[in-house]
Amino acid sequence: MKEVPLDYGLLLAGILFVLGLISVLIRRNIIFMLISVEIMLNAAGLAFIVAGSRWQQAEGQVMFIFILTMAAAEVSVGLALILQIYHQIKTLDSDAANKMKE
Amino acid sequence: MKELLWLIPILPFAGALILIVVGTKLSNSKVAVVGAGSVGLSALITILIGIDSLSSSSYKGFDQVLWTWIDVESFKPAIAFHLDALSLIFIFVITFVGFLIHIYSTEFMAQDEGFARFFAYLNLFVGSMLILVLADNLLLMYLGWEGVGLCSYLLIGFWYQEEKNGYAARKAFIVTRVGDTAMAIGLFMLFQIFNTLNIQEIAIQAPQAWDVGSPVAIMIALLLLGGAVGKSAQLPLQTWLPDAMAGPSPVSALIHAATMVTAGVYLIARTHIIFELAPVAQVMVGVIGALTLLLAGFSALTQYDLKRVLAYSTISQIGYMFLALGVGAWSAAIFHFVIHAFFKALLFLGAGAVIMLLHHEHDMFKMGGLRTKLPVIYWTFLIGSASLAAIPVVTAGFYSKDQILWLAWAGEKGNIWFFLAALMGAFITSVYTFRMVFVTFFGHEKTRVGHTPGKSMTIPLVILAVLATVGGFIELPHTFGHFTLFSNFLTPVLSSTEIKSGAESSEWIVQIVAAIVSLSGVYLAYFFYVKRPELPDKIKSFIPSLYRLWHSGWGFDALYNFILVKPFVFLAEINKRDVIDQIYGALVSIVNGFNLVLTFTQSGMIRWYIMGIVLGAIVILTIGLLV
Amino acid sequence: MILTWFIIILITGGLLARIAEHWNSWIPKWIALLVSLMALVLATSLWILNYDVLQISHSAWLITYILPWIPQFGISFHLALDGLSLLMLILTYFLGTLAILTSWKEIKYKVGFFYLNILWVLAGITGVFLAMDLFLFYFFWEVMLIPMFFLIAIWGHENRRYAAYKFFIFTQASGLLMLLAILGLYFIHGSSTDIYTFDYFQLLGTTLSTSTGRWLMLGFLSAFIVKLPAVPFHSWLPDAHSEAPTAGSLILAGLLLKTGAYGLIRFVIPLFPDASAELAPWMMTLGVIGILYGAMLAFAQTDLKRLVAYTSVSHMGFILLGVFAFNTLAMQGVVMQMITHGISTGALFILAGSVYERIHTRDIMKMGGFWSKAPYMATIGLIFAMASLGLPGLGNFVAEFLTLVGSWQAAPLLTILATTGLVAATAYSLRIVQKVFLGIHQPGLILPDLSYRERLMLVPMVIVILWLGVFPKAVLKTSEKACVEAEQAVTHNLTSRVMEDKPIKESSIHQKGGTHE
Repeated sequence: MKEVPLDYGLLLAGILFVLGLISVLIRRNIIFMLISVEIMLNAAGLAFIVAGSRWQQAEGQVMFIFILTMAAAEVSVGLALILQIYHQIKTLDSDAANKMKE
Repeated sequence: MKELLWLIPILPFAGALILIVVGTKLSNSKVAVVGAGSVGLSALITILIGIDSLSSSSYKGFDQVLWTWIDVESFKPAIAFHLDALSLIFIFVITFVGFLIHIYSTEFMAQDEGFARFFAYLNLFVGSMLILVLADNLLLMYLGWEGVGLCSYLLIGFWYQEEKNGYAARKAFIVTRVGDTAMAIGLFMLFQIFNTLNIQEIAIQAPQAWDVGSPVAIMIALLLLGGAVGKSAQLPLQTWLPDAMAGPSPVSALIHAATMVTAGVYLIARTHIIFELAPVAQVMVGVIGALTLLLAGFSALTQYDLKRVLAYSTISQIGYMFLALGVGAWSAAIFHFVIHAFFKALLFLGAGAVIMLLHHEHDMFKMGGLRTKLPVIYWTFLIGSASLAAIPVVTAGFYSKDQILWLAWAGEKGNIWFFLAALMGAFITSVYTFRMVFVTFFGHEKTRVGHTPGKSMTIPLVILAVLATVGGFIELPHTFGHFTLFSNFLTPVLSSTEIKSGAESSEWIVQIVAAIVSLSGVYLAYFFYVKRPELPDKIKSFIPSLYRLWHSGWGFDALYNFILVKPFVFLAEINKRDVIDQIYGALVSIVNGFNLVLTFTQSGMIRWYIMGIVLGAIVILTIGLLV
Repeated sequence: MILTWFIIILITGGLLARIAEHWNSWIPKWIALLVSLMALVLATSLWILNYDVLQISHSAWLITYILPWIPQFGISFHLALDGLSLLMLILTYFLGTLAILTSWKEIKYKVGFFYLNILWVLAGITGVFLAMDLFLFYFFWEVMLIPMFFLIAIWGHENRRYAAYKFFIFTQASGLLMLLAILGLYFIHGSSTDIYTFDYFQLLGTTLSTSTGRWLMLGFLSAFIVKLPAVPFHSWLPDAHSEAPTAGSLILAGLLLKTGAYGLIRFVIPLFPDASAELAPWMMTLGVIGILYGAMLAFAQTDLKRLVAYTSVSHMGFILLGVFAFNTLAMQGVVMQMITHGISTGALFILAGSVYERIHTRDIMKMGGFWSKAPYMATIGLIFAMASLGLPGLGNFVAEFLTLVGSWQAAPLLTILATTGLVAATAYSLRIVQKVFLGIHQPGLILPDLSYRERLMLVPMVIVILWLGVFPKAVLKTSEKACVEAEQAVTHNLTSRVMEDKPIKESSIHQKGGTHE
């Protein structure tokens, strides 16, 4: 099996990361923002996998599993928060949730 | 007998204390007994001590130390009294005239609700004044000095409901305090040099420490003169005295004529050794006296208010005393002080009675014709006026003023200018004095007299009138009588005046000139105010600006107002909110401004925060890559 | 041990007052009053019993008490008493008792906590006047601050928050500079002698280079001249004074300002004689500016308490002038000034408080004619206005005259300027009398004369101020040794330097002595 070159893998991870970032920045719906954050996390995970395969080391995969766990935890907390926010302000618009400013 | 000396000042203080603490609960008669009685007792002790010391032939002075007041290293002023001829004369005048004025006040103030308060202040004053003259050191004298200033303040503002009385009182206190400040600085210098403030010790050490004309001596003498000028209402600090007439008339008589305002004379006489070592300063004393007596005399010519005439006249007469001090005629100055205390107290008490009986009418042009209505007051007032105008031979004022005129001319430090100023002053004095007499007592009645004065008011007047006449006979000039009881008595304390050689023979010329001048002044007043009463108004309309200048006391009030009071008040007003505090305030505002800018970034919009994080990351990464 | 008792009874008294609040609102008052009276009696009897000892004994120190506290760092619980601190303690408890009496009716809210704060402030002040360990001194310096902050912030007038924060920030910031200087001194002394200690007597002899000495001195100085306050740092004072409750103003003016003056005499001059001598002309100038500037501001105010507050600024200028004149006359004048200013200004604040209680305003333009309605109040007001302008026969005159005679020998020109301050003092004092007591009585105002409780406070103050004016000797003799020592720290140093032409610090080492308990 031919290896995917490191550059391609990293490039894909980078593109995914930037796409996620942009969508975090431009989306106002909190659920979409959460999904975008997931994309960014997975982009980071992909970079670890690619690097791990390049250096023939297991750490890359270990880190990916860490990221997966962390993402799961993050999603559960995030969803709980989103539910609360929706409960409190009756919308999923993140810009409306600026009551903590004061 | 002398051991009772301490009682003389303590008795009035005790009276004051009683009156302050329980005065409001006592009946008027009891207040009068406490108030007048305590001063009367002091007067009695003074007379006894006086007889005692007169009978002992060589009288050098007597010291009584009560306790050490302050005790720090070598600075050990004591509460201690020194009695000698000079202080004896002063305490006699203070207690005796003070007692008469207390008696007078029992009737004068009888209707006033502040009866007890009045006597409390008056007693406090007498006590402080006695401390002033009896003090054996300058610090204790300063205590009395400020104490009488306080009492003067309280008594000028006695009728405190009138706001302008309060301001007159405040002016008096502040203006005299300016002089006191100079005096305090003089005390600092004296202590630094002599390591003591005891007057007798300074008098002994000063001639050894300084040559005649030494700059330090001149400096100190000028500073002491500053104090004297403030208290005695001499140029340039004379402005407070005319306003001080806001106080009740007995106060004007006691404080602003007979005693307190002559404290400056006392101070200079007391420290005359320093002034003798500082000829420049001594000449200054004479110049100030000569100028003041003229300026105040002109102002007196134009006043309507009976008491203001007397106030300016007081300033002018103290000018005579200063002139005498300036030419080294020490005992002549003190002699004039004594006689002046008698006749000026008499005039103020008489004026007070007139004003009271005419329902508080001060303007003498609204009086008139009182000669027949109030004969006792008229005759005593006339005697006082005659003494003030120095009518020859029969009045005491003639002898005292003549002595000053003579020594201003013939004294070793005298000169023709001093003499001419004094002569001119004598002429003006008799003009304004008899203007006052003619306008007030002659002519026809313009205001109805309320009632006639009682015995408590007339008896002091009569006694003072007698003294204002016979008081002069204790010191007769060389030309007739040559009786020098007074100056002999003073010689151990105050050296007698040297006379220019060759001038002795001209004394009778000076006397005759003085007599003519004063009589012609009387005639001029008679001519203008009795024979041709329309003339003064014509002259007035002829020179209106000069008239206004004189009437306002030569515009000193306006001047000081402009150069001192206004700027100070202005500065205080614009800086009311304290510029330094504002600087701190500005500091706080700047910090608050930063805070505002930073809180602006905290918009609460999560996407902005993320944007911030991203941008920050990009910046850091770029820097990391570039470096 | 008796010195510790002062602090212990005040602290426990405060706690008791707080606890007693649960049952009743008047028990805390009585507890506080009894405790402070106890301290007053104790301190006064200490004075009377030791008056002769102070004259005879060699050492200035009457009682010392040492207990190790944190020996690892050389910190000990070291208290000592000399004539100066004894006088200050008596003043503290005298004014403390009056502060409690004046709050009797004024304070109705959280009574127990109020008296807790009052007693704890007094405890802090006691500690400041007694501590001879710099760490302990700093500790008490801060202890004094916090209850005072609460007194202003909880029981003050309308603008109390602002005033309390301002007070706190000014004193806290300057106090931190002092802490830095203390630590600096500690380490310099430690590294040069290998003895790391905060003990005052051991630190006295520390050799410092000129510039270090100057910086360390500035650290101490900043704390003290802010507290004093000297002019550019005075701006906390009018706000704090005018917003605090009467008791707070009384303690602030009467006692807290004195801790600044005390610090100058006790710490700045003996610890840094060189730097003090070097800075003396500047400090004296600041003092004179304070005298004149404070007087001018006082003249302009219409708020009675603010006016009195600015008079304090003016009077404290004399302290700065006197302390840095370096002679016993001026130093004794300063001690007198500390005591008499505490009493005269305290009395004026009490009067302002009673006026406020009656007519609910502090604006002097709305007052006038009180003499006819309240003659006792007016008479006492007059006496203290006169004290404030330095009338001879009252204590303040002795203080100011001694200060000026002393400072004349050091700086004639500045003394002349300071003396003109007396004229300005006349202007503002008479303004108080004129606006409040003289003039026509406003018909709308209901103005009962002083109650028996108020007379009980003010009449003793009148007696004390008169007594100080006529027999100041007792006080002067008590503080004599302390003043001579402080002044000699500088003069000896300078003369020995001139004589031997080398920097010597040994001459300023003090003998420790007195009765150890």
